[in-house]
Amino acid sequence: MIVSYPTGHLSDVSASPSADLLEIALVNMDRLALQRIYSASGLTPLFFCEQFITPALVGIGEKWDRGELSLSHVYMSGRLCEDFMEQSFRGAPLSRASEERVALAVLEDYHLLGKRLVGFVLRGGGVDYLDYGTVTAAELVRRVQEDSVRVLLISALMLPSALKVREVRDKLDQAGVTCRIIVGGAPFRLDPSLCDEVGADFCCANASQVLPALKQVSGGEP
Amino acid sequence: MERVLTALSHREPDRVPLFLLLTLHGARELGLSIEEYFSSSENVVRGQLAMLRRYGHDCIYAFFHASLEAEAWGGSTIFRDDGPPNAGAPPLKADAIASLAPPRVTDAPGLVRVLEAQRGLRQAVGDSVPIIGVVMSPFSLPVMQLGFDAYLDIMFDRPDLMQRLMEVNAAFCADWGNAQLAAGAHAICYFDPLASPKMIDPSLYRRFGWPAALRALNAIKGPTATHLASGPCLGVVEDLAGSGTAMVGVGGEEELAAVKNRCCGRLTVFGNLNGIAMRSWDEAAAIAEVKGAIDAAGQGGGFILSDQHGEIPWQVPERTLEQVAQATREYGRYPLQGGRG
Repeated sequence: MIVSYPTGHLSDVSASPSADLLEIALVNMDRLALQRIYSASGLTPLFFCEQFITPALVGIGEKWDRGELSLSHVYMSGRLCEDFMEQSFRGAPLSRASEERVALAVLEDYHLLGKRLVGFVLRGGGVDYLDYGTVTAAELVRRVQEDSVRVLLISALMLPSALKVREVRDKLDQAGVTCRIIVGGAPFRLDPSLCDEVGADFCCANASQVLPALKQVSGGEP
Repeated sequence: MERVLTALSHREPDRVPLFLLLTLHGARELGLSIEEYFSSSENVVRGQLAMLRRYGHDCIYAFFHASLEAEAWGGSTIFRDDGPPNAGAPPLKADAIASLAPPRVTDAPGLVRVLEAQRGLRQAVGDSVPIIGVVMSPFSLPVMQLGFDAYLDIMFDRPDLMQRLMEVNAAFCADWGNAQLAAGAHAICYFDPLASPKMIDPSLYRRFGWPAALRALNAIKGPTATHLASGPCLGVVEDLAGSGTAMVGVGGEEELAAVKNRCCGRLTVFGNLNGIAMRSWDEAAAIAEVKGAIDAAGQGGGFILSDQHGEIPWQVPERTLEQVAQATREYGRYPLQGGRG
């Protein structure tokens, strides 16, 4: 069942801006309401990301997970946030300092929507990351070593790509590299046992789970 | 064939039909690499016939791989040794849509190979077992034509280009489906994963995808089955029923019994064994899954047992497929034991 969001009370955002209202604005693709919620929040860009954008995108991701929204809602919400941040926060420092170097990749596949959705959430959460795009397992391991990546995010749509994570895990272990792997995508949703099979540390059911996952594997704030 | 036709007419045949939608396993039957296997229509004919003999299931799946359609639009195929060939970088940009024309089926060597295989298969089996051809829907093909994110941008930002793309794609889809029917396919599986509410907001599907489905399906001169490739269907089941399709292929996120109830008498349901989990099934699991699906949806016909995605992964062992086929023969006989359903 697709959730039908009310639109009427978006006119009241100035009085009580909230992440819930932002979620409604995003699903309705209401750019004006998004801008007004930001203005009314009185927050700095980083705190607006933390207190509004991240919980709104998490809420949308959870509703997609429960079958209440479509992937198209998830995508457009993320795109709207990305556009908004580029226009509103140009030049502002968005990334918080992190001891963990994070990278995002897809293994041997040109299905890149999942990676882009994860990117929306990371940027919305103020997390800086390296975008490796589509890479082979060997190339990914080399770049993880070169860049001293400590958390590796891998998005997969096709089963063979998901199974390639095992090769990455084994090569990293053989090289003695300490790097946590977080995976997500359709094969992992359809068969949750796949996460352990490929040696991942954490599996996300949707893109918005990447922030709590980062927090969990890092043992603290992402 | 009679078993399938009876099930399609929402009556009980001798047993529940089984569609093992196998593509890649044909390469293993012949001891060839996947790329080598799909390079020749003759290989696919031999592979499909070998699998029909081995499993005794109820269809021939005359589908090679989806990226052949992308090739017809200027795209490429990336082969791998452990999974389906994948579409390479998207061949189209948004600015090409306004002047886009559908490619001719006969100009695409990959599509011609599929037609040759269907001719060979029809010659070999006649009307004894249904030969299923495949088309990508006009609404879902753009994921390969443009890339998913670029396509969503067009869907939201450029309704004019979207309408144009649906028209062009629907014309190609109908030509491609009809060419397969003329070559020997008995029915066309219309793959439309984006029709699922899990993927696209149903209001957008109704604006763009459903009218394109109506145009394409009405122009295809034979029976069609819509497959949502693991996606839930209940949010659009009325739309599907009104599109002219005869069957719906469903995933595992929804209760199969609930789907059957909603479709009952209007759409034959096929699904929904989990192909990814199937990789690690033992015999007990294979039996339990087959029984579970038949119990949920078998009663009264209108059900064909199949996988949920429309293609069984390369990693599923032959032994497991044999166990699925055996369990279907054993537990799928009508009348179902104890009035199950």
